Amino acid sequence: MTPVLEVRNLGKSFGGVRAVDDVSFSVEAGKLLALIGPNGAGKTTCFNMLNGQLPSDRGEVIFDGRTITGLKPREVWRLGVGRTFQITATFASMSVRENVQMALISHAGETWTLFGRAKDRHVAEADALLKQVGMLDQAERACGVLAYGDLKRVELAVAIANKPKLLLMDEPTAGMAPRERIALMALTAEIARERGIAVLFTEHDMDVVFAHSDAILVLDRGKLIAKGRAEEVRNDPAVRAVYLGSGATSGGH
Amino acid sequence: MIDLIFAQTLNGLASASSLFLVACGLSIIFGVTRIVNFAHGSFYMLGAYLAFTLVTRFGPADVFGFWGGVLVAALIVAALGAIVEIVILRRIYQAPELFQLLATFGLVLMVQDIALGIWGPEDKLGPRAPGFKSFVVLMGSRFPTYELFLIVVGPIMLGLLWFLFQKTRWGTLVRAATQDREMVGALGVNQRLLFTSVFAFGAGLAALGGALQLPREAVNLHMDLSMISEAFVVVVVGGLGSVTGAYLAAVLIGIIHAFGILVFPKITLVLVFLVMAVVLVIKPYGLMGERPVGSAHAHGPVEPLLLPASFNIKLIGLAALAVLLLAPFVVADHWLLTLTELSIFALFAASLHFMMGPGGMASFGHAAYFGLGAYGAALAVKWLGMPMLPALAFAPFLAGIAGFVFGWFCVRLSGVYLAMLTLAFAQIAWATAFQWVDVTGGDNGILGIWPAPWASSKLVYYYLALAICVAAILALRVVIFAPFGYALRAGRDSPLRAEAIGLPVMRIQWIAFIIAAFAAGIAGALFAFFKGSVFPTYMAIPRSVDGLLMVLLGGVQTVSGPIVGAFAFMGLQEQLVKATMYWRFVLGASIVLLVILFPRGLVGTALAFAERRREAEPAPPVTAAPELAR
Repeated sequence: MTPVLEVRNLGKSFGGVRAVDDVSFSVEAGKLLALIGPNGAGKTTCFNMLNGQLPSDRGEVIFDGRTITGLKPREVWRLGVGRTFQITATFASMSVRENVQMALISHAGETWTLFGRAKDRHVAEADALLKQVGMLDQAERACGVLAYGDLKRVELAVAIANKPKLLLMDEPTAGMAPRERIALMALTAEIARERGIAVLFTEHDMDVVFAHSDAILVLDRGKLIAKGRAEEVRNDPAVRAVYLGSGATSGGH
Repeated sequence: MIDLIFAQTLNGLASASSLFLVACGLSIIFGVTRIVNFAHGSFYMLGAYLAFTLVTRFGPADVFGFWGGVLVAALIVAALGAIVEIVILRRIYQAPELFQLLATFGLVLMVQDIALGIWGPEDKLGPRAPGFKSFVVLMGSRFPTYELFLIVVGPIMLGLLWFLFQKTRWGTLVRAATQDREMVGALGVNQRLLFTSVFAFGAGLAALGGALQLPREAVNLHMDLSMISEAFVVVVVGGLGSVTGAYLAAVLIGIIHAFGILVFPKITLVLVFLVMAVVLVIKPYGLMGERPVGSAHAHGPVEPLLLPASFNIKLIGLAALAVLLLAPFVVADHWLLTLTELSIFALFAASLHFMMGPGGMASFGHAAYFGLGAYGAALAVKWLGMPMLPALAFAPFLAGIAGFVFGWFCVRLSGVYLAMLTLAFAQIAWATAFQWVDVTGGDNGILGIWPAPWASSKLVYYYLALAICVAAILALRVVIFAPFGYALRAGRDSPLRAEAIGLPVMRIQWIAFIIAAFAAGIAGALFAFFKGSVFPTYMAIPRSVDGLLMVLLGGVQTVSGPIVGAFAFMGLQEQLVKATMYWRFVLGASIVLLVILFPRGLVGTALAFAERRREAEPAPPVTAAPELAR
């Protein structure tokens, strides 16, 4: 089975620092791949290169059999890559439903339409997405006043609105209460399996990582130092050295 | 040739000094308080007027009389600045940026009338500075020693300021606050004192700049706005908050001025603003500036939901329209003129709101597109011999094309930088109309732009204007609630998210800019036929500010706000002009008061009030976020 996303020898330097150095991996449909590593390991840099937020210096990103290196974020999105951010980014002046409708409008290529109410478009589809993430009962509320955990779920609904084949989630549970974190990732895993979406996510919470990833990549100082299933990574001496034997089960930062 | 270049370089450097002092104060004030102080030009003007009075009283021939007068003038204005900060600005630091700007423009109006009341409308010619009355001959040309003195003042002040900011505790605090004022507050620094002292210091610098101009040029009532637009250019080119950048930019602008007069005497003003546009495109945050930390929406209330008009609001709208339609049968004839003007300005305000509200792009220069619409109509009549209707149809395209060109540059910036670039482009448009006498008639404008015979009666023209304006306003409204309007708001709320769901934010903003320019052009064209003539003042800063006032008065977050704002503003202005000679003062004071009392605008405040009443009623409790256990 060909992977949805294939990353080959990706590299990026800031000044003399190699933030991401010769990183290669791949993600398959319906699987959750966790990208972990200590602070400053290059996780977010790596992420931002995948969806075109940041140009890469070296290497290649292949999505669905086609090279997407050098494309803009919105072009990458059009090909079927959804994304959530470490700090949630939603449209504060719109309701929860309108946020999802906006993504659906863009997906349908109706952005330039000057007539007809945006509010009346794709309502059923938006509500179905909101139901899936458990936000339907708050559909009318403004995004600007939501609790943080709810915002994360809205973002998830927005990110899967264009029926992506790949979902990139940068620290999806950052800033959430421990119980909510597991619940959000359980939901993500469910959606990913149901829709056959490949998910790549970065995460600090090891409970989340070990509970919900099919495979784990460990990044340290820009280099990929280990990859494999949870037990393999947990027992890897190089990984233990990086984490100094701590954090593997505590779930703290 | 070489001596000419030399002389012009010296000229440029001499004029750079005052510009530097003013811009530097503006820059420091912005850095610390985050207030774009439109009234800075007024402090400059007050400095010059006060110095004139004091020097005349102390004895202009006496060394102490002259320099004492200059210094005391600067100190008095610094004290005035402190009072302004304590009485007005302190109350509005939490308000959105544009409201602060509005309040400072209210001050501009007040100071204009205060100066008119005290010093009268005639220009005041200052005395020469004692000890600097002679000429020196440099490379074959005579050069006033006072100019040389000014050339030296610039670098000396730069050095003193450098010392102040690097080596004193106060200066360190100012620099720290410029970088992160929350952190400075958290460290226990007395912010109130810091803000007041910074504002007073900046005002004093501006006044010193004005006072030093006394021997060079006559003091007049137009000094404030002409200086503020140049100071904006200097600050933006130099980089907001950077003193060295302000000096470099002041020298650059001063020299461009001096050489521009030699090489392109007709387009010196255009040249200055072109340089600014070029710098901003290459270095968006100015020569020495850095990307501002935090987003443009860092403070101010969260944007509320944009809801389509409720049944009641629609009813009110229809009733208002009915009143406008039936008005001619009831009111006296001259009221028709007022109503026509109101309709036109409602469209102007709505077009500005379109880019400011949903687009999040504040324009300081929207009058450019209004004026280009007016000139488009006038030029079509005068040079192409078009009748009224084709001219009305042609004119908005001129504005739209300008929006196409200027907008391309503007959407690359955001926040204050974008606003200042729009101001620069408006000044280019104004300068073109003003200086390109062969085509536009310059200051004399173009006369005899009358409506077609069938529309020449007040009544018919009123209905024509009303119909076009209502149609255009409704069209803008439809677009705001259509997918394009939503995409525009999406780009304003979160450019990051918008790009991540496939929205080309810049291109969307560009199209919105063009639409807004086009709509303003329609208003301008109607205005040209209404007045029968066009003048460069149609594009001048006060007209742009009128538009801002209307939009902000009504409330930028609401769609109906700008229309209410236009009526409120035009009504207020008209009544004031009739009631008192000092209407500017009263208008300015009302603006300041309105900003302090209604920081969300008239309609915004009304909506917030309605919201609060609804929430006060026993509402079903909002269900707590359900657990995700499914």
